[in-house]
Amino acid sequence: MAATQEEIVAGLAEIVNEIAGIPVEDVQLDKSFTDDLDVDSLSMVEVVVAAEERFDVKIPDEDVKNLKTVGDATDYILKHQA
Amino acid sequence: MAKIKASKGAPYARIIGVGGYRPTRVVPNEVILERIDSSDEWIRSRSGISTRHWANDEETVAAMSVEASGKAIADAGISAGQIGAVIVSTVSHFKQTPAVATEIADKLGTGKAAAFDISAGCAGFGYGLTLAKGLIVEGSAEYVLVIGVERLSDLTDLEDRATAFLFGDGAGAVVVGPSQEPAIGPTVWGSEGDKSETIKQTVPWTDYRSGTVEKFPAITQEGQAVFRWAVFEMAKVAQQALDAAGVDPADLDVFIPHQANERIIDSMVKTLKLPESVTVARDVRTTGNTSAASIPLAMERLLATGEARSGDTALVIGFGAGLVYAATVVTLP
Repeated sequence: MAATQEEIVAGLAEIVNEIAGIPVEDVQLDKSFTDDLDVDSLSMVEVVVAAEERFDVKIPDEDVKNLKTVGDATDYILKHQA
Repeated sequence: MAKIKASKGAPYARIIGVGGYRPTRVVPNEVILERIDSSDEWIRSRSGISTRHWANDEETVAAMSVEASGKAIADAGISAGQIGAVIVSTVSHFKQTPAVATEIADKLGTGKAAAFDISAGCAGFGYGLTLAKGLIVEGSAEYVLVIGVERLSDLTDLEDRATAFLFGDGAGAVVVGPSQEPAIGPTVWGSEGDKSETIKQTVPWTDYRSGTVEKFPAITQEGQAVFRWAVFEMAKVAQQALDAAGVDPADLDVFIPHQANERIIDSMVKTLKLPESVTVARDVRTTGNTSAASIPLAMERLLATGEARSGDTALVIGFGAGLVYAATVVTLP
């Protein structure tokens, strides 16, 4: 069953917490991965791969650069999840 | 039809000696920062690199190789004259004819050993090792010298803030010889030419000669794509090499991945779920990425510092431009 927006944000928060050590409550739709959450370009790849597995979605390299905020990633997953 | 005699090789092959050469000039991040807008903290956090070695005019590809090979031959306890083949992996020897392997073989005093260069980027050591094993088991040579050598400082764009700090120079060599028991596992290797744009030389030499471009060619890469492939696809290849050798991660002593970037190494270790008991090579911190030379250089350092011991079981994996990769499990010399 496809995940809801709320479930995706919660899932991303857990992933970002595990990879970058950011408190889950800081991970919100308007937050920028690099500027607000201290997720650098390499950690972002790890976040993306973890999100792919968790939400059964493919996020190609060329789309990763467009995912600036948690909201961008959530929308992308909502739209593309299997 | 005449009957053709087959050659007779050794039952198995093993690495019996290793040697390395690091150029005398140590280049800290501060020197890199003279040409790019970045910081020591940024470079360390993205790559783990604090210093690298850059070769001077005398430290040529051939000269560095001869130094590293001399140590490997001494470590192996054989004489140069016993070597039957010399394989050199490099992408930064700028005089392509003749192969630099012939000059190295001559300077080492190998006599008329077969000598040739191969091009397999950062997987070059694994490719060379696989060829060496084949030659020994097949019977074309009793001892084979495998050299990985690079002067990547010659192929670095010092104004590119994404790559200027990455590369270093050096040579690493191993002597491979006959063995009565398996000491080099099956190689899991391959190429993915559909990803050839991911890591590459910016333009062909001929574009520079004709004046189509003003800048000397350099190595460039798509960082995020390389990172994803290196960590997640190469972890699968590394696991396949362990499986092919029948070695459980719990029985592994040492992990020597290509020293591309410490962040890749960290993530690979995590993805492979290697036990904490496994010693992980992190030579990249003070050597940078030396492509084909990185694995034998890291191997030599681990043995020299006592972090690894002769007889240890090590997983080695090289991966890079091509894209190409090669992984195998070896017994350390």
